[in-house]
Amino acid sequence: MKKSSRIMMVSLIAISAFSLLYFSGGISAQQEEKTFVTHSGGIVKTTGEVLDPLYTSATMEFDPMQYLRDFNYGRISQLPDGTTLREFTIIAADDNIMEVSPGVFFNVWTFNGTVPGPTIRATEGDLVRINFINSGSKAHTMHFHGIHPAEMDGVFEIVGPGGKFTYEFEAAPVGVHPYHCHVMPLEEHIVRGLHGVFIVDPKEGRAPADEMVMVLNGLDTDFDAENNFYAANTIPFYYQHHPIQINTDELIRVYVVNMVEFDPINNLHLHGNLYHYYPTGTDTVPSFYTDMITLSQTERGIMEFQYDYPGKYLFHAHKVEFSEKGWVGLFLVNEKNPDSKEVTYGT
Amino acid sequence: MELSNKSSKIKIVASGLIPFAFLIIMVAYIFGPGSDLLDLGVPLPEITIEKVDFVESEIRATVRNTGPIPVEVVMADINDRIQPAAVEPDRFLERYETALVRIPFSWNVAEPYVIGITVEDGTRFEKEIEAAAPALEPNLELVGFFAIIGTYVGIIPVMIGLLWLPFIKRISKSKYHFFLALTAGLLLFLGLDSIEEAIEVSDKNLAGSFNGALLIATVTILSFLGLYYSGEKLVKRAASSPLAKPVAIALMIAIGIGLHNFGEGLAIGAAVGLGSIAFSTFLIVGFALHNTTEGIAIAAPMSRGKPMIGKLAGLGLIAGAPAIFGAWVGGFVYSPFTSVVFLSIGAGAIFQVILVILKWIREEGDKELSSAAVVSGIAVGMAIMYLTSIFV
Repeated sequence: MKKSSRIMMVSLIAISAFSLLYFSGGISAQQEEKTFVTHSGGIVKTTGEVLDPLYTSATMEFDPMQYLRDFNYGRISQLPDGTTLREFTIIAADDNIMEVSPGVFFNVWTFNGTVPGPTIRATEGDLVRINFINSGSKAHTMHFHGIHPAEMDGVFEIVGPGGKFTYEFEAAPVGVHPYHCHVMPLEEHIVRGLHGVFIVDPKEGRAPADEMVMVLNGLDTDFDAENNFYAANTIPFYYQHHPIQINTDELIRVYVVNMVEFDPINNLHLHGNLYHYYPTGTDTVPSFYTDMITLSQTERGIMEFQYDYPGKYLFHAHKVEFSEKGWVGLFLVNEKNPDSKEVTYGT
Repeated sequence: MELSNKSSKIKIVASGLIPFAFLIIMVAYIFGPGSDLLDLGVPLPEITIEKVDFVESEIRATVRNTGPIPVEVVMADINDRIQPAAVEPDRFLERYETALVRIPFSWNVAEPYVIGITVEDGTRFEKEIEAAAPALEPNLELVGFFAIIGTYVGIIPVMIGLLWLPFIKRISKSKYHFFLALTAGLLLFLGLDSIEEAIEVSDKNLAGSFNGALLIATVTILSFLGLYYSGEKLVKRAASSPLAKPVAIALMIAIGIGLHNFGEGLAIGAAVGLGSIAFSTFLIVGFALHNTTEGIAIAAPMSRGKPMIGKLAGLGLIAGAPAIFGAWVGGFVYSPFTSVVFLSIGAGAIFQVILVILKWIREEGDKELSSAAVVSGIAVGMAIMYLTSIFV
């Protein structure tokens, strides 16, 4: 009798001991605390590490701030008939591992080592010659949007690994155009990074302005045919933690090209302002005065605006999913010093 | 003679150790000079979000590295929208290591959320939560609440079941066999139920690398063997007094049922913790009806001894009280891995008890276990359990 009641006691104790084991898991030693303030103003104290891709930047080989205003005019020479020849060397590669967001390492395919590739700029009527070298392990080409002979279209003249090809055509028409690799599977070659911008200036030029290029693109880092990140110029949130500095009362000209794949549309909303929009940049008269444009694949155009008031202004996809995954940035508008000298832009 | 005896002992030891030596050499080779040999294929990172807690303005995800290589947690998102977060203790996870990812987020009660975690190669892993509910803080009020629920589900129904004792006492031997077999049927159902529940928890929350099904099988069999061995010893000791044997068997049944009820408590606590209150009301009523039958299981062997009210109540407590502990654990510190282990221990305990009951019936005279009483008893037991389980 006594024995069995003792056994009952023992089993009750054993069961409570089991439960205690459960509870003991949560206790941890006190460590040094860090504090961080979230996007929405929340304050979090942690003994661990902070993961904040919204406000921290990775150590990057690619500098979106430099890319923004980097125009390549080529090696310029004069042909006997007086035509300007612009020569470019473009090298394709597909073995570059880049830290695209803090801690996220992704194999990008590149023209001249960056995504997007270099912005190629010429004036209407110039002869553009591109010495293309494929140093990748896959076949690649360069396909320009614009007007050119069929054999310069970069579709059927596949350039194998180690191969070369010379693209030569007259720069036309005036406007802003994308270029990209056109080897199948095409979607993969584009989204892995083989794309860039080709600007054709009118002979008479455009009004002086602070000019910049924004390629709207996305990164599918886990290959599920959905973008994990979106950005203006590849690096998510970059212009949010590195605002683009501009001045009041100064003409800003943005060449914007949508290269997002998988999602049918993208768009661009500017805060505190409206812009004149020139679709494809082919006309000298703006089609819209708006703060919102919608862009399908490879749709592009020129935005022109100037700010009257200094301060911080957002620009982002109003497809908010995209902006919450990186396609968001800031203009930091500085008061233009009336005493400062007139600055000239472009070369 | 002495010498050859010694050398033969050495031979035995050596022959026992030589295979180990070769095994060590083989493993060392694969990790050392032969490592190129296995350098085929690409090891992929894998993490599992085992648990998500919703606290004040914050969502907390417990992440485990369940892949073959170390990983780095680099980003968190809610509903596929990138969020800043903190990771504790740090973002580097060795195999099987866990980290707590704290995501500041003003979430809304009862809405669904998908929690995503991205690792260093850009792969995103996610877990879907059907309805957000505040994580339960273990305060006295809640502890009391769960104790009441545990009592309602575990102790009271078992005690009610025990009230059938006088009835079972008065019936004939073959009817008594029917009730013992009925108990075996009830328990068989409970054992299968525990295993099913364990498989469900493991499928939902444990990564493939835990080998969920085999973990359940191993723990169930170990629990069975351990309790079988100690149970036999207990019965043998009790054999000296004919009165004690039914008590010993009833005690084993009570322990087995107790372990099972711990699992039921876990399910209730977890359901309350997950905020599915309506669901847990059904769960509670269902378990209460269901557990009345467990009282019969304990009462049946005891009916052949002298009436021992105190002992009977003690057995009822052993069988029922674990439901309270289970509810506390399930509500406050739920861990899928330990739940699977507990459910499997319970299943093993129950299968052991079934064996003991069947042996008991054989000793009582039904050698082949094929009488109408035994066969129909098991069948009716299973059927009753199935019908009452529909309420859960």
